[in-house]
Amino acid sequence: MYDFAYHRPKSLADAATVLKGKDEARPMAGGMTLIPTLKQRLARPTDVVDLGGVKELAGIKVEGSNLVIGAMTKHVTVATSADVKRMIPALADLAGMIGDPAVRNRGTIGGSVANSDPAADYPAAVLGLNATITTNTGKHAADSFFKGLFETALGEGELITSISFPKPDKAAYMKFRNPASRYAMVGVFVAKTGNTVRVAVTGAGPAAFRVKAMEDALAKNFTSEAIKDIKIPADGLNSDIHGSAEYRAHLVGVMARRAVDAANK
Amino acid sequence: MTTATGIGARVKRREDVRFLTGTGRYVDDLPLARATYAYFLRSPHAHAKIKGVDLSEAEKMPGVVAIFTGKDLAEAKVGSLICGWVVKDKHGEPHKAPPHPVLAADTVRYVGDPVVMVVANSHDEAKDAAEKIKVDYEVLPANVDLAKALDKGTAQVHAEAPGNLIYDWELGVKADVDAAFAKAAHVTKIDIVNNRLIPNAMEPRAAAAEYDKGTGHYTLWSTSQNPHVLRLILSAFVLGIPEHKLRVIAPDVGGGFGSKIFCYNEETAVCWASSRVGRPIKWTAERSESFMTDAHGRDHVTHAELALDKDGKFLALKVETIANMGAYLSTFSTAVPTYLYATLLAGQYTTPLIYANVKAAVTHTAPVDAYRGAGRPEATFVIESIVSQAAKDLKVDPAELRRKNFIPSTAFPYQTPVALQYDSGNYPPIIDEAMKIADYRGFEARRAEAKSRGKLRGIGFSSYIEACGLAPSQVIGQLGGGVGQWESAQLKFNPTGNVQVITGSHSHGQGHETTFAQIVSDKLGVPLENIEVVHGDTSTTTFGMGTYGSRSLAVGGSAIMKAADKIIAKGKKIAAHLMEASVDDVVFEDGTFKVAGTDKNVPLAQAVFAAYVPHNYPLAEIEPGMDENAFYDPANFVYPAGTQICEVEVDPDTGETQIVNFTAVDDFGNIINPMIVEGQVHGGIAQGVGQALLEHAVYDKETGQLVSGSYMDYTMPRADDVPSFKLGYKVTPCPHNPLGVKGCGEAGAIAAPAAVMNAVRDALAPLGVTHVPMPATPLSVWQLIHGASRAAAE
Repeated sequence: MYDFAYHRPKSLADAATVLKGKDEARPMAGGMTLIPTLKQRLARPTDVVDLGGVKELAGIKVEGSNLVIGAMTKHVTVATSADVKRMIPALADLAGMIGDPAVRNRGTIGGSVANSDPAADYPAAVLGLNATITTNTGKHAADSFFKGLFETALGEGELITSISFPKPDKAAYMKFRNPASRYAMVGVFVAKTGNTVRVAVTGAGPAAFRVKAMEDALAKNFTSEAIKDIKIPADGLNSDIHGSAEYRAHLVGVMARRAVDAANK
Repeated sequence: MTTATGIGARVKRREDVRFLTGTGRYVDDLPLARATYAYFLRSPHAHAKIKGVDLSEAEKMPGVVAIFTGKDLAEAKVGSLICGWVVKDKHGEPHKAPPHPVLAADTVRYVGDPVVMVVANSHDEAKDAAEKIKVDYEVLPANVDLAKALDKGTAQVHAEAPGNLIYDWELGVKADVDAAFAKAAHVTKIDIVNNRLIPNAMEPRAAAAEYDKGTGHYTLWSTSQNPHVLRLILSAFVLGIPEHKLRVIAPDVGGGFGSKIFCYNEETAVCWASSRVGRPIKWTAERSESFMTDAHGRDHVTHAELALDKDGKFLALKVETIANMGAYLSTFSTAVPTYLYATLLAGQYTTPLIYANVKAAVTHTAPVDAYRGAGRPEATFVIESIVSQAAKDLKVDPAELRRKNFIPSTAFPYQTPVALQYDSGNYPPIIDEAMKIADYRGFEARRAEAKSRGKLRGIGFSSYIEACGLAPSQVIGQLGGGVGQWESAQLKFNPTGNVQVITGSHSHGQGHETTFAQIVSDKLGVPLENIEVVHGDTSTTTFGMGTYGSRSLAVGGSAIMKAADKIIAKGKKIAAHLMEASVDDVVFEDGTFKVAGTDKNVPLAQAVFAAYVPHNYPLAEIEPGMDENAFYDPANFVYPAGTQICEVEVDPDTGETQIVNFTAVDDFGNIINPMIVEGQVHGGIAQGVGQALLEHAVYDKETGQLVSGSYMDYTMPRADDVPSFKLGYKVTPCPHNPLGVKGCGEAGAIAAPAAVMNAVRDALAPLGVTHVPMPATPLSVWQLIHGASRAAAE
C-alpha cells in the first residue's frame, strides 16, 4: 500500500469539500474493492475520503411505495431489514447472497453501485427494479446509470446519497456463482410491476444490462415457459477460465427461468 | 494398555489450544531486534533474457539496507539449489540436472522467478525500492503446454536439457507387456490429464535469519517440514556454512502438504545475506507469491492401456506419462513421477505385467514437486480411472471387476511387478464395508429419483493403495535418493518424572504433539500432562528426516517405541536394584516395575528420580540419568489401502456437480487417535475433491502468465463443496513396525480424485459422454453435455 492522506468527514458537505479539486482523491464506502486494490498497489490515490463517518448516508426509509436505501447502508442491514423483507424480499435475498459475512458487514450498497463491478449483485437489482440513484448533485435513472466496465454516469466528485427502489408486484434474483471468487458469474434479477417486466443481468457482460426479448415475452406471459426458447447472443459477453461467453449466455437463460419460477412462488 | 489417553483414545489435540487462541508462534511472529525486511523482485515474464539490471535509483531510496542480484550471489560462490534424488533414465544415465540459481542472473524461466533481493528497514520500503529497479528483459517464446513440451521446435528451458527432456525413464519389460496385450480379449484405453495444483498452505512460506558475528553462527527460522534436511542441503550443497554453525528452526508451521519440504530460493538468500547485512532479515511471502512460487503439484499427461482376458482378469497394464517438472528441478521432483508413481501402478490388483514409461519435461512454469500423496494420487487416478472404464466397456459392475482382480488376503507378502512388496492387507472386506455404508444396492433407485428431478446421478469407486512411511534407507539409496529415511526419537526424562519426547519428525498440522504423547503415555504409563513433544529445532532435537509421505507415525512413532524400550530396560535394572531383585524377575506394567508374585514395586517416576539422584543406585553397572535415544530404519514401506465411493448429482442446466454422498473405508493398520485420523481423512478427501471438481493451476499458453494466481480464480474447496463424509475402518496391522501402524495423512487426497471423477463419468455416461477432463468444473461439464446434446440432435 502506498501512502495517502486519510480523511473521515462527518457530513456529506465536508466530504465533497475534501474531494473537491483533488484529481487523485478517492471516496471510500465499505472499501471492499478499494482496500484490496490499495494493498496490491494497483491504485495510488493521494487522498482516501472514508464516508463511514457520514451518518446521513446510512439507513433505510419507506417513502410511499418506494424503499429508499442510504448509500452507506451495509449489505447485512439490507438483508435483515424488516422493511426490505416486507416490500422487496428479492432485494433482501440478493443482499444476503453478496460475498461472505465479513463482506456483508462492511460492504455498502452505494459503494457497490458506484463501482459498477461487472460481477457485483446490486446493479442487477438497481436495473431490474428501475431504481433511481440520488447523488449530492442530482438524480440518475437506472437505465442510464451503468455505462460499462467500472464506469457509471457519476461525474467528478459526485457521491451517491441514496437509492430509491419502487416496490414491484413480484421479483426474484438468481445467481450462478463463479466457483472461485463466488462473485456472480451470471445473476439475473426479474421484476414484474403491473404489466411491465424487467429482466436485468449482472456478471455476464461488461456492466449490468437488460434483456428486452425476455421482458416482452414475460410481459405477455410471466412464466419460465414463456422464455425457454429465447437465446441470448454470446457476442460481447465476458469470457474467462470459469465461463466462456457462450456458457454465460446459456446461464442467463437458466437463471432467468429460475428467477421467474422463484418470483411466481 | 487402553486408557483415556493411551493408544486408541480420542484425545483432543493438545496443540489446538494454542492454535485456536492465537498463541501459536510462527516465523513471521518472531520479534527480532534491528530486523530488516527482504522483498524479492520477480520476473514478470515466463521466459526472458536479462540484458541488464539498473539499481541506481533503487539504491537511493529511503530505508534501503542492501540490494543483491544473481551476479552478487554468483560472485560469492553461492551454489545452485539441488535436486536430491538422482533418477537414472532407461539407458542408465543420470537425469539432466540444469542449474537452479538462487537469484536468476542471465535468464528468467517462469513468472515469479526471483531476480533481485532488496533488503530495507521495512517491508514497504523494500517494495518501494524494488519498484525503482529497471530490469532490461528480452522476452523470449515460452514453453507452457506440457503436451507439447517435448515437441521439436518448442522453446528450450535449459541448454543442459536438450529437447526439454530431464529423463526418459521406464519400469517393467515392454516386450512382455506387449505380448500380453497381443493375447488380450479386451483392451481399454484412456487419455487423462492430472491437473496441476497449487498447495495453498494456510501460512505462507516465510524465513528469517540472524548471523552472530561473535560466534560465526547462523540461525534460520523457516516454514520447513524438515529442518535438519534443509540445514543439510544449505550446508553441504548451497551455502557451505558448516552444519554445526547453522541452526534451522521450524517453529509452528501452518500447513505444508509437501510444499514446505523443499529448499527454496528465498530462505537460502535470506540466510546468506544475513551475514552480509549484519542485521536479522525477515521475509514472508505474500499470497500472490505463494501462488506463483510454492512448488506446485501433479501435472501429468498420460495415456494408459489395460489388457483383460475374456473373464475380466487383468493381464497387463501399459502407462505412458509426461510429467511436468516446471522450470527448475525442485528438491525431490524427479522421484515423484517415477519411484512414487510407477511403483504404485499395481494398485490393489494382481495385474501380472506392468510397463510404465515416464518422460519428465521442463517448462516455463513454477517448479513442480511432491504435494499431498506425491505420485500416488497420480497412479491411483490412472488405475482407478482405467478399471472403471474397463467395467463400462465390458458392461460389468465396477465393484465386481475390482473384486475379481484384488490381491487375495492369502497372498501377502505380495510381490508386485513394479518393485514393491506389499506387507499386508485384506481388500475385499474393505470394499464390502464401503458398499454397505454407501448403500450401493440402493443406488439405481436414487439415480431414478434424481432423474425425476432433472438431475444426473452417478456413482464412482476408487480402491487405492499407497506406499508410505518413507522408508528403508537402503532401498531409497538404491533408487537414487540422496538421504537416509530413518527417524530419530529421544525420551528425555527430568528428575521430577516428566518427559520430553524429542522427535526428528515435524508437525505442521498433523497433531504429533497429541499422538506421540499418547504413544508414550500408553507405553510408559506417564500421564499425558507430564509429556511434552519437542520438534523442529536442529539445536534441540536429534537429527531427523522430517514429515512427509505419511511417515511420521510409522517411522517416527516407531523410533519413539524403540526409545521407550530402552527406558524400560534401564528402568528395570534400576528397579531391580531398588527392590533387591533379579532383573530377570522384574516386569513393567501400567507404568510400574514389579517383581512377579510379590507386592514389591517401583513406579517409573521413582526409578527416574533414582537415576538422577543416584544415591542408592548401581553406578558400577549403569550410568545415571534417564535419557534414551533411538533411530528407527523401517524394514519396508507401509501400505495403507482403502475404497472410496462417491455419489454425485450433475445439474445438466448449469453443469454443476454436487457431491451427495461420500464414503471412505480405510485400512490404516492400528489407530492411535481416531479423532485425528478422521481429521486427516476429511482434509485429504476435501483436497481430492478440490482436485477433481475445483482446483486448477492455469497458465496462459502463449504468455506463460499464471491466470489462476489468486483466490479470485483458483478455486479452493470450501466447507459447502463437500458433504459429511461417511468413514469406516478395517484393520490389518503392519507386521514390521512395533505399533502396527500404516499412515493416514495422504490417503484421502490419493483416492478421492478418481472416486469423484468416476462418479461424474457415470453420471454423464447416459448422454454418451465418454471422456471427462479433470477438474470437472461447471463450464467443462456443461460443454460436454452441450456437445453431447448437439451431437445427438445432429
